[in-house]
Amino acid sequence: MTKIDIINRVAEQTGLPRQDADTAIETIIALIKDSLARDEPVILRRFGSFQTRVKNPRLGRNPKTGEEAEISARKVVRFKAGKYFKSSVNGTS
Amino acid sequence: MTKSEMAEKLAEKVNVKKQQAEDIINIFTNSIIEALAKGDKVEIRGFGSFRVRDRAEKEGRNPKTGEKVHVPSKKVPFFKTGKDFREIVDRGLPRDQSSE
Repeated sequence: MTKIDIINRVAEQTGLPRQDADTAIETIIALIKDSLARDEPVILRRFGSFQTRVKNPRLGRNPKTGEEAEISARKVVRFKAGKYFKSSVNGTS
Repeated sequence: MTKSEMAEKLAEKVNVKKQQAEDIINIFTNSIIEALAKGDKVEIRGFGSFRVRDRAEKEGRNPKTGEKVHVPSKKVPFFKTGKDFREIVDRGLPRDQSSE
């Protein structure tokens, strides 16, 4: 499934013009990205939450050359699935 | 940001009622949940992809009692952050004072 499929579902289920459904989905994605870029978690009940995590610098290896290289400190996104989402993928909801 | 706060911003942007904005957010999240429940994956350019990962069974311990427990194998939803999302988060934006 891709973004187009989600946009089509929004248009079908809400009756909104496709252009508006497209804007809506793009807006949701932009809002999530923007919030995380400001270090503010996004919490969508049942679905899950997105938050940032700081990763400490560590020594890694270039898998091709075997050379050691420091992987710098960075901030990453972590998605934690909600209870409903987790049970859905296990076929128990 | 909660669903309610997201719905307010979305309603403003798309010019719909807040309730309809909440419906749209629900369609977005339900589409992803349903796809993964069917074993499908969802790929959204610039955002990331959702897929199901298998967790092997393991022997765990009850952290309270220290008792051994068998944890059966299971499936878990997994989100892989897309390139653009990863970069914007690592670079960061100033915190928004207005929304706090």
